[in-house]
Amino acid sequence: MTNKISAKDRMAIERTAMPELPAEVRSRNFEEVNLGLSYQQALDEARRCLQCKNRACVAGCPVGVSIPEFIDALASEDLPRAAQVLRGDNALPAVCGRVCPQETQCEALCVRGVKGESVAIGYLERYVADWAMRHPDLLLTEAAPAATGKSVAVVGCGPAGLTAAGELARKGHKVTIFEALHDTGGVLRYGIPEFRLPKEIIDREVAVLSRLGVAIECNVIIGKTLTISELSSEFDAVFIANGAGLPTMLNIPGENLKGVYAANEFLTRVNLMEAGRREDCNTPIIKSREVAVIGGGNTAMDCVRTARRLGAERAMIVYRRSEAEMPARVEEIKHAKEEGVEFVMLTAPLAIIGNDQRWVSGLRCQRMELGPPDESGRRKPSPVPGSEFELSAGVVINAVGTSANPLLTATAPDLALNKWGNIVASETGETSIPGVFAGGDIVRGGATVILAMGDGKSAAAAIDEYLKRK
Amino acid sequence: MFEIISNDILAENLHKLVVSAPRIARARKAGQFVMVRLAEGEERIPLTIGDADAAAGTISLFIQAIGASTRRIVDTPAGGFIRDVAGPLGKETHIANWGRVVCVGGGVGTAVLFPLVKALAEAGNQITTIIGGRSSRYIILADELTPLSETFLVTTEDGSLGYKGFVTGPLSEILADPERIPQAVFAVGPVPMMRAVAEMTRPQGIETIVSLNPIMIDGTGMCGGCRVQIGTETKFACVDGPEFDAHLVDFDGLGDRLTSYRQNEAEAVRHAAEDCKLAKEAAL
Ligand SMILES: Cc1cc2nc3c(=O)[nH]c(=O)nc-3n(C[C@H](O)[C@H](O)[C@H](O)COP(=O)(O)OP(=O)(O)OC[C@H]3O[C@@H](n4cnc5c(N)ncnc54)[C@H](O)[C@@H]3O)c2cc1C
Ligand SMILES: Cc1cc2nc3c(=O)[nH]c(=O)nc-3n(C[C@H](O)[C@H](O)[C@H](O)COP(=O)(O)OP(=O)(O)OC[C@H]3O[C@@H](n4cnc5c(N)ncnc54)[C@H](O)[C@@H]3O)c2cc1C
Ligand code: SF4
Ligand code: SF4
Ligand code: FES
Repeated sequence: MTNKISAKDRMAIERTAMPELPAEVRSRNFEEVNLGLSYQQALDEARRCLQCKNRACVAGCPVGVSIPEFIDALASEDLPRAAQVLRGDNALPAVCGRVCPQETQCEALCVRGVKGESVAIGYLERYVADWAMRHPDLLLTEAAPAATGKSVAVVGCGPAGLTAAGELARKGHKVTIFEALHDTGGVLRYGIPEFRLPKEIIDREVAVLSRLGVAIECNVIIGKTLTISELSSEFDAVFIANGAGLPTMLNIPGENLKGVYAANEFLTRVNLMEAGRREDCNTPIIKSREVAVIGGGNTAMDCVRTARRLGAERAMIVYRRSEAEMPARVEEIKHAKEEGVEFVMLTAPLAIIGNDQRWVSGLRCQRMELGPPDESGRRKPSPVPGSEFELSAGVVINAVGTSANPLLTATAPDLALNKWGNIVASETGETSIPGVFAGGDIVRGGATVILAMGDGKSAAAAIDEYLKRK
Repeated sequence: MFEIISNDILAENLHKLVVSAPRIARARKAGQFVMVRLAEGEERIPLTIGDADAAAGTISLFIQAIGASTRRIVDTPAGGFIRDVAGPLGKETHIANWGRVVCVGGGVGTAVLFPLVKALAEAGNQITTIIGGRSSRYIILADELTPLSETFLVTTEDGSLGYKGFVTGPLSEILADPERIPQAVFAVGPVPMMRAVAEMTRPQGIETIVSLNPIMIDGTGMCGGCRVQIGTETKFACVDGPEFDAHLVDFDGLGDRLTSYRQNEAEAVRHAAEDCKLAKEAAL
């Protein structure tokens, strides 16, 4: 058992480095960058955990994963138990282990991080989840719930919808997910690239739901094919999790030149439609030797690293603050740098410039300097007079953000929205319409996978309560 | 999976497909479209819902085979399946009783125009329909449009049917005649044709509506690929359109963005010929 190891011995173990594909190899293909820990590495890392009584790390996780408990089971080499603990708290551990911003969440509060390096909670979570996927036969089986006879419609097949569907199915409700696109996963499939999150993981999670009896109907756009009121009359409850997929435009000159993409279009072409990735794919993508990506979040990193993989020799991030303010996960920034991405910091775009054929030829920029922190707590950039310069680029990608898409809400007049068009919902997802719940990015604005999942989970619990009362 | 119930050839490279899609058939309104992906690995392309039969649960698509995706769709026989059909998308046409209306269709735009003419006729408008094509072989939906129109005119470039020339010919005669001047004009077709119509009706300030055809990916407002400049605003044609006030549309920008993926040499050659023809038409 793990408690045989003394605290001193635990402290002596160094944080395990994640094995990776070499940068020069991976920056030319779409294979997953992080290879995953070996069994021995996972055990060593698990043994670094001090099993703290006050569980500081747990407070950093938005869904309160029982971190010391699953790590203890792993360190004790009881993987079925580790998997069971993890599953109980987190419906998509294989996803979260890969894409959570651990450095600002669970790992940020790990006591081992105070003096040295925190326990690699994300790597361990991924290890256990991947093990569970490879060993379905060894998992502790769940008893099939008794059917309640109640039905729930879930709108959107992203992390919030998938999580809610799983939770509700496990309670015996009949769940149908309606998805606008032709495939499942939401941002996990069309946004986050394969080199960070292999699509196979989404397929497996979806297969688990299918085995639980969840029906998934793609190509159904709620608000167009069916309305919320039609769903309300056909189902006993509705959970809306349609994300925040509306690109924010830059509103600078040249935005409609050929070769200017919004991040969603660029990523959808490559990830969902497989443009530039398979021989027999009919969806085209514009490639260039020089690509400039505007923004500093995960989306910007995904675009720039994708552009690099499509053959860009010069792939640039253009960001108006400095690296310290970038909202992207630190690992993505590190990987991007290793892959040869250039970081053009403290730079704001003024205009996109084109040639006489109206193809993008570059970006007119301005240098910025950082002043004191603004309301968001980040230092506010202001332009440096007379610092204009041009960057040459054949493709420009706008990755400055997304907001709520009004397609669904426009046809549901009774649904209360805030001034940004997000659905107003309580902590447990209740909206202004009885029996209609909402969660994920459509409520929060662009947030994170784990927060969307957390919403799916708490809404599922509230829906279950609601159905019992009904 | 969506079954193809029938697949008929209406004219050279123009097919009418009746597809089983009960929910879409029930929900659709004139002016709306579907996003279609034939199979794994294929593009998603927008196609107007030409007609629908809610009782039978079917929609009709009029498809002009101009490139890889449309060709493979029309090559799929009745009894075959389309993997993905999503919709109805876009705003429905604002149908009113304007009084006298001229509806102008060019090429496959005629297919997009057909449901509009039907809805306008049902609303009690007096409709003059003008359909243009390269030659008689390219004139489509004449039998369907004739009973809906008070006056039905055809133009062909080679004079093999109806007026010799372009749709803009009969339109200019109508605009010049105080007895026949319309309260509204609907135009659907190649960009240069729509631009030409917009310029013709602008001086008299006649309400003119065009249905735009930018390249689309999702059709739900998510990607921004279909953006068009309407006056001073950037609009997403898939959610804000596809119909817009012709006098506000930046046709140059639209036409230009449609060439974004025209890299292939063979395509370039074919389009060069087409552009030459369209440029002539626009000059009229
Ligand atoms: C490129 C990119 C990278 C990211 N990287 C990270 C990361 O590394 N870590 C992290 O934690 N977060 C990341 N995020 C954020 C994270 O992906 C989102 O916060 C999360 O996916 C939100 O989940 P959701 O279920 O609310 O919505 P989504 O994932 O957006 O799913 C919504 C689903 O609903 C469907 N839908 C939309 N409208 C309708 C309708 N009318 N009818 C039916 N279906 C509809 C959509 O097609 C979609 O499938 C990233 C986001 C992007 C765009
Ligand atoms: C709202 C809407 C409704 C439409 N309705 C119909 C319809 O009812 N019937 C029909 O036949 N077509 C319709 N179209 C056009 C149809 O979507 C395109 O013809 C199709 O996407 C071309 O695909 P392809 O692979 O066959 O040709 P591609 O090989 O992709 O294209 C061939 C050439 O056509 C040009 N092109 C690409 N996309 C479009 C486009 N959207 N419009 C015009 N030219 C394009 C390209 O520049 C290319 O060079 C509609 C388009 C829109 C936006
Ligand atoms: S779900 Fe995310 S935040 Fe929570 S423990 Fe796992 S990696 Fe950390
Ligand atoms: S805070 Fe760190 S060391 Fe303590 S239990 Fe959590 S992961 Fe283990
Ligand atoms: S097609 Fe994607 S926003 Fe219109």
